[in-house]
Amino acid sequence: MTDSADLDYLDGNAAAGPLSEFFAVDVVSARGRCAHCGRTAALATARLYPSSHGLLLRCPGCTEILLRLVDSGDSVCLDLHGLSFVELHRDEGGSQPNPQPPA
Amino acid sequence: MGIVSPGFFGRRRSDDPALPPGQYRTEDFPVLSAGPTPRISPDEWEFTITTETGQVHRWSWTEFLALKQDDVSTDIHCVTSWSKLGTSWRGVSLDTLFESVESECEFTMAHSYGGYTTNVPLDDLLGGKAWIAHQFDGETLEPAHGGPARLLVPHLYFWKSAKWVRGLELLRQDEPGFWESNGYHMYGDPWREERYW
Repeated sequence: MTDSADLDYLDGNAAAGPLSEFFAVDVVSARGRCAHCGRTAALATARLYPSSHGLLLRCPGCTEILLRLVDSGDSVCLDLHGLSFVELHRDEGGSQPNPQPPA
Repeated sequence: MGIVSPGFFGRRRSDDPALPPGQYRTEDFPVLSAGPTPRISPDEWEFTITTETGQVHRWSWTEFLALKQDDVSTDIHCVTSWSKLGTSWRGVSLDTLFESVESECEFTMAHSYGGYTTNVPLDDLLGGKAWIAHQFDGETLEPAHGGPARLLVPHLYFWKSAKWVRGLELLRQDEPGFWESNGYHMYGDPWREERYW
């Protein structure tokens, strides 16, 4: 049985593989904004609940759902309604600030 | 407990007439967590049925336990392919809870503590087919399995048997719930393998 002290989720890095079918880049390094509470952070910091029904990423701030992925074999369904934006930096690693515009 | 729930030690029993197509038999009771487990005390628990007119029928934990209790032995079938045969539950039939409810609706949405929802036609909740269960195997239903109380609709895939249920909303038209809006079947009959859209 699970109790409150047990860890029953993974971090968002574990979503990288399943999401690679949709995105040409490693999208868990992108910053996403929770549509519920506004918390903005790398998707890798979200909580992944490995329910066998599907993949769920939840906001670590408010626990609302950021992303759902259901693989039915013939198709894969991605629901992003819990993310109000996703920001991906073009520099390698995706964690550096934007380059300064040319002078 | 680790990140992976124990219990997936089933073996293929495709020749077993008690198993719907594509199902494996397991002796354990796997836990599939879609989020944090809500911890609801009996003092704060309530169950409601809300009709299309906005009328709310409400039961506290004490009132709920005072209703006629049924002991149910049934097979359960999870869409992730495990089946558990001959499970034992105790709870209140939805027939009992709907005795005082007047509605012309044909559909319901089950709502749970924690935000989970799932849609079930009203006909599938009545006629001795569904319960609000609060005991499993003679013991209080543990939070990981949906306690204090969960919906039990054993003739449909088990995602319809909403854990931590707190109410039913009567609907004029069928609407998708949490998993149904993201690929899972609107009805979910295991004998017809209604897993996905």
